[in-house]
Amino acid sequence: MLYREAGDFKKSYKEDNHTFPIKFDRYRYYLVVVVAFGVIPFLVNDYWANAIFLPFLIYSIAAIGLNILVGYCGQVSLGTGGFMAVGAYAVYKLMTSFPDVNIIIHIILAGGVTAMVGVLFGLPSLRIKGFYLAVATLAAQFFLVWVFNRVPWFYNYSASGQINAPERLLFGVPITGSNTDAWVSYLICLIFVTVSAIIARNMTRGALGRSWMAIRDMDIAAEIIGVNPLRAKLTAFAASSFFVGISGALYFVVYLGAIEVGEVFGITKSFLVLFMIIIGGLGSIFGSFAGAAFLVLLPVLLKNVLVGFWGWQTDVAAHLEFMIVGGLIVGFLILEPHGLAQLWKLGKEKLRAWPFPY
Amino acid sequence: MFKKTLTATVATIMFAAPAMAELVVPWFAYRTGAYAPSGIPLVDGINDYFTMVNERDGGIGGVPVRVLECETGYNTEKSVECYESTKAEGSLVYQPMSTGVTYQLIPKATADGIALHTLGYGRTSAANGRVFSNVFNYPANYWTGASVAVNHLLDLNGGDMAGKKVTLVYHNSAYGREPIRVLETLSEKHGFDFNAIPVDHPGQEQKSQWLQIRREKPDYVLMWGWGVMNSVAINEAANIRFPMENFIGVWWSGSENDVIPAGIRADGYKSLALNAPGMEYGIFDELKTHVFDKGLTAGAGDQIGSVIYNRALYIGFLTHMAIAKAQEVTGVADISQADMIKGMEALDITDELMAANGLSGFAPSFSVSCEDHGGSGLGAVQQWDAKAGTWGLITDFIEPDMGVIAPLIKEDSEAFAKENNISMRCN
Repeated sequence: MLYREAGDFKKSYKEDNHTFPIKFDRYRYYLVVVVAFGVIPFLVNDYWANAIFLPFLIYSIAAIGLNILVGYCGQVSLGTGGFMAVGAYAVYKLMTSFPDVNIIIHIILAGGVTAMVGVLFGLPSLRIKGFYLAVATLAAQFFLVWVFNRVPWFYNYSASGQINAPERLLFGVPITGSNTDAWVSYLICLIFVTVSAIIARNMTRGALGRSWMAIRDMDIAAEIIGVNPLRAKLTAFAASSFFVGISGALYFVVYLGAIEVGEVFGITKSFLVLFMIIIGGLGSIFGSFAGAAFLVLLPVLLKNVLVGFWGWQTDVAAHLEFMIVGGLIVGFLILEPHGLAQLWKLGKEKLRAWPFPY
Repeated sequence: MFKKTLTATVATIMFAAPAMAELVVPWFAYRTGAYAPSGIPLVDGINDYFTMVNERDGGIGGVPVRVLECETGYNTEKSVECYESTKAEGSLVYQPMSTGVTYQLIPKATADGIALHTLGYGRTSAANGRVFSNVFNYPANYWTGASVAVNHLLDLNGGDMAGKKVTLVYHNSAYGREPIRVLETLSEKHGFDFNAIPVDHPGQEQKSQWLQIRREKPDYVLMWGWGVMNSVAINEAANIRFPMENFIGVWWSGSENDVIPAGIRADGYKSLALNAPGMEYGIFDELKTHVFDKGLTAGAGDQIGSVIYNRALYIGFLTHMAIAKAQEVTGVADISQADMIKGMEALDITDELMAANGLSGFAPSFSVSCEDHGGSGLGAVQQWDAKAGTWGLITDFIEPDMGVIAPLIKEDSEAFAKENNISMRCN
C-alpha cells in the first residue's frame, strides 16, 4: 500500500539510479541517518557507546570490507584479523611517529597501508582459487600476528608488547584515550561507517563492482568479455583491505585503546567477520550491517536478559549464549542460505503486494 | 531495529532497579573458555568469602556486600562490556584477573576515579603510587616474583648461579612478558644465562617449545602461565623427563588443576606462593559454619581449599580489610568509589589482623601508603606432592632483591607519567 514503486516517477537518470528506488525506503533511510546523527549522540552513554554502538559500527566496516572481497569478488579470505591488526599497528606507528598530524588522516592512511599489505597477500589469488586461496590468506593471518608479536619496532619496544593509544584531539575534543566522551567516539565511528558504506555501495554498482561480480560468477567468461582478472582481483583485495584496515584502526584507537595482538586479532576474529557476512548476506551492504548487528548485539542482549533480567548463573548464561547463537546460525543457514539480506529482500517483495498478496 | 528496541527495554529495566545501600565488588569471572581451570576457583572463592562476611557479620560495617559477577571468558571485548555495565552500579574496586585487561582498564579507571587492584599481576610499575593514583598491586608483583624465584635458585646453589642456564616459558602476552626485564637484569648481576620462550594464547600447543628445551637442556625452567597453558606445560615437561624440582612456576601456575592432569609425573613441581596452601586455617571453620553447611557454596564446591581458591580468599580478605579501613577513615558505612581508594592507601595488614580473621600465618604482613602501592613483595616456594595430592611450602617467605627492582619501577612509572602528562602525587 505504502511500499510500492507505482506513482513514484523518476524524472532524471540520476533519480533513476538512486540506491533506494522506492520512496518509502528512501524516507526510512533518511530517518535512520537523522536518528543516528541527530538523536543518538545526545542520548548515548558510556555503556551504550562502548558495549554496543562502537563494536557494532566498527565490525560493520570490517564486514563491508570483507564483503567486497568475498561477497562481490568471490575470493574467500580468512585473513581479516591479520588485516585489522595491520590497520591498528599502522595507525599506532603513525600516531606516535607524527603526533602533530590529525588523527583522522592517520586512520585513513592506516587504511591505505592495509590496502597495500592486502594487495601483497592478494597476489596468490591470481593463481589459486577457492579453498586453496582461503588457506593462503590463513597464512597471512598467522604471519601478520606473528610479526606484530615478534618485531619490537611495531610496538615501540614497550616492555609489555602492548600498544596503547595516546590521547589525540580533534577540534579541541579528545577523540582517543581515556578522556573521550561517549558521543565523540560514537560520532567518529558513525561518520566512518556512513562514508565507507556510501563509497562501497557506489563502487559495487560501478564498472569496478561489475568486474568483481563478473570474476565471482565465472572468471573465464569474465576474462573473455574483457575483464582483466589481475586488475579486478587486486582492486578487490585493495578496497577490501582498506576498509578492514580502517576498522582495525578504529577498533584500536577509539574502541579498545590498548591491544594485545594475539588475543584480539587472532583467527577467531577472522572467523567472526566471515560469519557476519555469511549470516548477513554475501554481496550486500545491508547484509554487512545485519550480520554485524546479529553477532555483536545478540550476545550482549542474551547476556542482559539471562543474567541481568532473569538472574541466571553467569557461566550457564555464557554457555547457553553459545548454544543459542550457534543454533540460530545453523537455523538461519538452513532456512535462508543467502542470509539476513535475502530475508530482508523477501520481506520487501511481500510488502510490495501487501495487503493484497496474489 | 526491533532487536535494538528490545535491548533498550531490557537495559532500562536493568538500570531502573531500586538502589539500596550495598557495597558492590565487581568480579570479572571466567568460568568458560581456555582459562576456566584458573578462573573457576577464583570466582568461587571470592563468592564464598563474601557470602561468609554477609552471613556472619551482616556485611561490612552493617552494609551488605554484593559480588557482581560478570563473565568475560578472559576476552578483552567482553571485559570492556563488563566494565561499562558494572561501573554505573557503584563498583568499589575492579579486580580484572588478567594483565591484558588491566592495561586496558588503567586509563579508563583512572579517568573514572575507580580503584583497580591487581593482586600479584598487572602492571608492575603501578607499585609507584606517586604516578598511579588509583592502581594497586599489593602485596607482590611479577618483578618481585621473578626475583624471589631467582633468590630461591641462589639458595639452592649456595649463592652462586654463574654459568647456569635459566629458561623462561611464558604466555605470549603482556602478562608473560612482564618478568623478562627483571630476569635479564638479574642474569647480568648473577651471571646466569637467560633465555625466554613464548607460548601463544591460549597455550594448548607447546610441543616445539619443549623440544627446544630438551635440546638446550637448561638447568632451571621458570614458567609464567595461566589457564590451560599450565597443565599442558607440566605434561610436556614430564614427557621430556625434565626434572620437576627444577621447574618453577609463578604463583598463577601452581594449583591443583595444573598438576593433577600430569598425575604422578608432576611430583616435585614447584611454584611460587603469595599465601599458604591447605585448609588448616580458622577461616575454613567460619566458611563451613556460615557458607558450606548452609548450602550457600558458590559453583560446584569442588575447588574448596585449592591453591587458587585460597588466593581468592586472600583477595577477598584484602578487599574486606580495605573497605573496613575506608569506612574507618571516612566515617561513612556506605562508602563511595573515591573513599575506597583512601581506604586502600591506608591499608595496614598486620599479623594480629590476619589472626583475628582466622588467617594466622597465611601470608606475610604488609602496609600500603600513598607512595607505595606495591606491598612487601614477599613470596614463598611451594612444592607439589603427587602421592599425597597436596601442596606444601618448602621455604619461608623470601625477600625480593629490591635494589634491582626499585630503580626499574621508578624508571618505568616515570616514563608512563611523562607519556601521559601525569604530575607526581604524595608530595
